[in-house]
Amino acid sequence: MKETEKHILIVGAGPAGIEAAEHLSDLGYQISIVEKDEAIGGKLNNWHQLFPDHRPAKEVLSHLVNKLPKNVKFYLNSTVTKTIKEENLFNVEINGKTKIQCDSILLTVGFDVFDARIKEEYGYGIYDNVVTSADLEHIFNQNNKILTTQGKIPKKIAFINCVGSRDEKVGNLYCSSVCCVTGVKQAIEAKQMAPDAEVFMFYMDIRMYGRFYEDLYLEAQEKYHVQFIRGRLSEVAELQDGSLLLKADDTLAGCPIKVHADLVVLLIGFVPAASCNSLSKMLNIECAKDGFFAPCDVHIDRNSTGTEGIYMAGACTGPKNLEASLADARSAALKIHYHLVHGKATNLINELS
Amino acid sequence: MILEGKKRVWNEYQKEIADDKYFYARSCIRQNFFPGAEKTFLQIMRNELGKEVYDDPKHTTCTGIAYHTDIIPLETIMTVVARQFSLMSESGYENYVPSCITSFGIYTEILELWEHNPELEEKARDFLYKSTKREFKKPKNLAHASDVIFKFRNEIAQKAKHRLVNCNTGEPLRVIEHIGCHYARMFPHKGVGGAEYPYVLAGLAESFGGEVVDYPERRTCCGFGFRQYLVQANRGYSVACSKRKFESMAPFNPDVIITNCPGCPYFLDRWQYVISEMEGKIYGQNGHGIPVLTFEELAGLMMGYNPWDIGLQMHQISIEPLLDKIGIEYNMHNKYCDAEGNFMGKPEIPELVKFY
Repeated sequence: MKETEKHILIVGAGPAGIEAAEHLSDLGYQISIVEKDEAIGGKLNNWHQLFPDHRPAKEVLSHLVNKLPKNVKFYLNSTVTKTIKEENLFNVEINGKTKIQCDSILLTVGFDVFDARIKEEYGYGIYDNVVTSADLEHIFNQNNKILTTQGKIPKKIAFINCVGSRDEKVGNLYCSSVCCVTGVKQAIEAKQMAPDAEVFMFYMDIRMYGRFYEDLYLEAQEKYHVQFIRGRLSEVAELQDGSLLLKADDTLAGCPIKVHADLVVLLIGFVPAASCNSLSKMLNIECAKDGFFAPCDVHIDRNSTGTEGIYMAGACTGPKNLEASLADARSAALKIHYHLVHGKATNLINELS
Repeated sequence: MILEGKKRVWNEYQKEIADDKYFYARSCIRQNFFPGAEKTFLQIMRNELGKEVYDDPKHTTCTGIAYHTDIIPLETIMTVVARQFSLMSESGYENYVPSCITSFGIYTEILELWEHNPELEEKARDFLYKSTKREFKKPKNLAHASDVIFKFRNEIAQKAKHRLVNCNTGEPLRVIEHIGCHYARMFPHKGVGGAEYPYVLAGLAESFGGEVVDYPERRTCCGFGFRQYLVQANRGYSVACSKRKFESMAPFNPDVIITNCPGCPYFLDRWQYVISEMEGKIYGQNGHGIPVLTFEELAGLMMGYNPWDIGLQMHQISIEPLLDKIGIEYNMHNKYCDAEGNFMGKPEIPELVKFY
């Protein structure tokens, strides 16, 4: 069988899914993509600018989408409802009616953002001027300026790190890895839009692990005078004028503090996509204790699942930045190619057995 | 403020509250601080709502304060709690209703502890049997007395003679609701509305037409905090804690503070006087301070009970300005008379806080 006759189903049309589709298509495979939303691009659609260079998100998204071959078949507003494996083929049902057959499945279902309402004490969904980092990107996209819900330019803006991450109380022990740099990027953008505003960031640790992230952190301090306060937010209360009073600890000064703010931005973390759980049951794939898909081997085979022919890439295996997700997608594409060319599984489980 | 957001939280924290046949466990301190409150609760439950409430004279303290101040060990409090449950079982009741928030927290905590550590429950049963030859069943339903009043709030409001509305302006009175720390902080799902935005008193105030005020130090302790009051050298912390709350609520011009814990009304009431003497600072309107009510007193007042029959003369901060706003008539001559009409004597008048 030639590669062109082989069919790969990708579940999730975010950046990882699109990137894998392009590379697998280049290798000669027929590609179908199932996407639960009405548009492709995933969360990149909602982002204004990317770290660490403030590049417009739309530019990267356009680049990814424009590279996609025309013969990729999309199933939008769709989900996989049933899968049966027969020998080396998967019979897949989409939206409970459409049936397709494929030789391999790639899961790129991405992640969901943490529901900040769970941190009730922060008042998201209750106090008007408490927003999330995802909301702020939307505000930037809509207005290209930063405003309170009263339509005023905020004089004080507080960013809160680790909302839903590294938090035993909500059951998420992991670091979401990109919230620190997202917050620093947004703090700089907020200062650019409201130069007179005082901007604070409450943090436990600033984890600037990526290339040029540390530069961004220094720039925020030296050029934009963002004030970094080491300590977690305890609670938020609303005052009569709609502004907010924050109670927090300053662990370096060793004392509790109160800070007034006109706008509070909660830097929400990653949580496993809602479909992770259902797909793991349907496809007999393991999820790790954090709820994200468990790779076959965390060090040397991150794209294989325990089921032959099913692979995964991107943030569905844990929090990742965009470039890591794209690299992971290319890696998965190659993994699938080897599997289909050699006609056998190449994942570590089979090698070992 | 997005009210829908609060309602969403309230909906997530519903609890089961039995609708009749209650075993009532009184509070050690509520009986002493505000002696009319528990009587008012029983009167409303039995006479207004027609419910069966058993008030067992054989029950004791739950020893919660001793437990939280490290005076007694876990085994002791478990055995005392086991005895309380045995009294309930012996009298044929299954629905346990403590008056005290600390007790409610203790019972909730110990039931959870037994749930996860059955060997501790066995230990408590063993200790109880060896010391008293008693046995017990665990409550089918555990609810604080304020939960029960909350459950019947609409029925009470329908029967009420008064509303939490300024009789001169028609405006709703501004209500500060203060929830005892041990009500839902340890187990948010055991409290009506959860721990962060409790609805148990807010709902009660709303049913009487009041407007609940959300202020920054809403979640802060009343100042009791056990060790910060019980250890005399720490009492400065207690006053400072209450002061922080008063400073925070003052700009919102509250008309009344309502509470569900026995300790909170005492400290929020008495410390207003202490702060006035220490710093010359008086909160509330016209130099009278902010009146403080327990939930039973509030319900009793709304029902039209005589303020002096339900013990409101025991408050340090005069309650009369609130009565005037609501339009409740009262007789000043009876304020300090006992049930037979005998004059009991007047308290010393404070220097700064205006007193009726």
